[in-house]
Amino acid sequence: MFDSLTGKFASAFSALRNRGRIGSGDIDEMCGEIRKALLDADVALAVAESFVAKVNERAQAALPELRQSTNQSQAIFAIVNEELISILGGTARRIRLAKNPPTVIMLAGLQGSGKTTLAGKLAHYFKSQGDTPLLVAADLQRPNAVNQLSVVATNAKVPVFAPEVGNGVGDPIKVARDGVAFAREKFHNIVIVDTAGRLGVDIELMNEAKAIRDAINPDEIIFVVDSMIGQDAVRTAQAFLDGVGFDGVALTKLDGDAKGGAALSIAQLTARPIMFVSTGEKLQDFDLFYPDRMASRILGMGDIQSLAEQAKRAFDGDTAAKLEAKFAEGDDFTLEDFLEQMQAMKKMGSMSKLLGMLPGANSGAMKKQLENFDEGEIVRTQAIVQSMTPTERREPKILNGSRRLRIANGSGRSVKEVNSLVDRFSAAQKMMKTMRNGGSIPGLPAGMANSISAQQSAGLRKPLSKNLPKNLPNNLPNKKKSRSGNPAKRAQE
Amino acid sequence: MSLFKKLFAKISRNDISTLDLLELESLLIEADLGAGVAKKIIENSKSRKNEDFLDSVKRTLSESLSNKSREISYDSEKPTVILIVGVNGTGKTTSAAKLANYLKNENRKVMIAAADTFRAAAVAQIQTWGERLGIPVVFGNDGADPAAVAFDAAKRSITEKFDYLIIDTAGRLHTKDNLMAELEKVKRVVEKIIPVNEVLFVLDGTTGQNGLAQAQIFNESVGVTGLIVTKLDGSAKGGIAIATEAALDLPIKFIGTGETLTDFARFESVKYLEDLTSL
Ligand SMILES: Nc1nc2c(ncn2[C@@H]2O[C@H](COP(=O)(O)OP(=O)(O)OP(=O)(O)O)[C@@H](O)[C@H]2O)c(=O)[nH]1
Ligand SMILES: [Mg+2]
Repeated sequence: MFDSLTGKFASAFSALRNRGRIGSGDIDEMCGEIRKALLDADVALAVAESFVAKVNERAQAALPELRQSTNQSQAIFAIVNEELISILGGTARRIRLAKNPPTVIMLAGLQGSGKTTLAGKLAHYFKSQGDTPLLVAADLQRPNAVNQLSVVATNAKVPVFAPEVGNGVGDPIKVARDGVAFAREKFHNIVIVDTAGRLGVDIELMNEAKAIRDAINPDEIIFVVDSMIGQDAVRTAQAFLDGVGFDGVALTKLDGDAKGGAALSIAQLTARPIMFVSTGEKLQDFDLFYPDRMASRILGMGDIQSLAEQAKRAFDGDTAAKLEAKFAEGDDFTLEDFLEQMQAMKKMGSMSKLLGMLPGANSGAMKKQLENFDEGEIVRTQAIVQSMTPTERREPKILNGSRRLRIANGSGRSVKEVNSLVDRFSAAQKMMKTMRNGGSIPGLPAGMANSISAQQSAGLRKPLSKNLPKNLPNNLPNKKKSRSGNPAKRAQE
Repeated sequence: MSLFKKLFAKISRNDISTLDLLELESLLIEADLGAGVAKKIIENSKSRKNEDFLDSVKRTLSESLSNKSREISYDSEKPTVILIVGVNGTGKTTSAAKLANYLKNENRKVMIAAADTFRAAAVAQIQTWGERLGIPVVFGNDGADPAAVAFDAAKRSITEKFDYLIIDTAGRLHTKDNLMAELEKVKRVVEKIIPVNEVLFVLDGTTGQNGLAQAQIFNESVGVTGLIVTKLDGSAKGGIAIATEAALDLPIKFIGTGETLTDFARFESVKYLEDLTSL
């Protein structure tokens, strides 16, 4: 999502690096670049400016030490990263469970922001945590919104409370209240109330939202916002904050290429944490939000920690351990591994999501390639890999023309498809290697990757410490203590 | 519609100081015109030294708008086919219904094709609109091939002599090549029997800078002929629509200003510019 921001940070940093010795003017210049990048990313003007001012101030103050440092851009990078994390909301927070169940979660937001889809995903997520969620259809406004939630509920195998057909008929306040009562009666420990989309300026509808809130006294009100939203994000967020109030934010449609900056500035301006991200149209396309990870994602570092955790969730223990070992030990990732893990990968939603978290995957061409890696492709890929000999799977380099033709015939796919798989695989393999060796990741100056990889890999058992630079300023973000790989446990942290 | 009301109220007509220019830049950015466009407008306005400053800002804006027609074509011989496209949740289905209502009020015979066979309850949603409007909605099974549904509707619209066929399609992110290919197929298949005259890209007025990338890729993929800008009843200024029209030469044809059928109007650039000047 942060492609261009990543690119611009990278070019700003490499400009600095090439200069060797940083002057005060260089920092101003870089800050100008960052401002432009943030605005192009739809970060609210006020937030962008305060961000840039803070970075500038800190970098200027650190100038004497920076000059001593052998790796100046890295030191500045640390400042930017830190400030970015603070824009993104400081520390993550999870859903607070009510002392006396049910925990009531109310969704609110603009029309078309993705509330109904998110409701289904939340239900699906809680259900996979062993909870017993109930969905409540209190959007009685949009034609067939009730219907849509019911379908979503069926897909998530979660019950839905939908006494009204909607389409402009029925009282959403009553539905919400009855829904919570129903949940209490039937011992559902979590209730998710979907509400109609409304504009911040619509006082009447905002009052209705307030009335729903007062009727059900939610433990969490989540403001659902489209990551494509522009500068209006802060006005709208403020209107919802004043109108109905909210405790957290969910960011949707993050699978697109919108930078999402404006939505992120909501966290800064409203002091409410972003809690969830929605990354696709399927139920599984959902994740908790990690500010630190998002910051590294902005900076083009990929999301190694999420990757490892998702892998853990989907693979059985052995496979996960093996994958982790591969990351850490530096064994080559072969087509054989690829095939072995493919079945497991299907479990965790789309492949592109997984691969998208790899470092470098955010940069232009690579991302595009990954995004279009659809489920059908997994099946086709499987057919192709299965037509290879074990040696070929381990060493795709030996795949000459006649071998490829044989594989194409054997798998019923075209040679072009075989070629494309091999190319894609090589790219992925190269990325894995790069990441492991701490070499330069596309879009970032060499060396910079390491400090972040080391922090990011705290969740892996073996930090890539051999390349950790020695001259990092001590104001680097603190190394996170290892988080539980189990999202349920993490949710309670 | 008073996109720059705030802006013009704030800027004095006389001497334009650097501070005013910075403020103007901020207002343009906050209206979602984008940092690059804002800078260009300011430079351009500065360069027109002998002109009233406000006039030069207006002129710069009006000159950037498209000269293409904002009309929806009509053909007395055969149905005019309108494809409604855009990313998820921008207001395609609502706009399809509003447009159908608009054309019906011009005494045209309108048919709708429910070619969003993907999203939960999407077919039911447009059917509900169809019932309210008394307009036939052609649909397939859930999960049916959207191209097949559109083709079927196209055939029927020809034999049953409809004036317009409006095809509602599923929301899709412009970054998903496979879904864009699916959309191209819908158009291609319909064009086997009848040309698709209009491809209207529905742009959510609250969208930020990503709107341009969206429109650009949809345009490359299915040849957009115009924009519908929705949700202008909110606090968003919709500047990205202006930036998109200017950058891609795609005329804004309609605007959506609410959730009911009548919250819909032709985009009047003259009126729009009048709005700008009437302060
Ligand atoms: N306030 C306001 N709401 C609108 C406008 N146009 C559409 N909406 C609302 O936006 C939401 C989404 O509209 P839809 O027409 O379902 O959007 P869509 O693009 O068809 O959505 P998908 O098919 O799911 O991609 C609904 O709640 C509409 O009522 C508008 O001009 N103003
Ligand atoms: Mg729709």
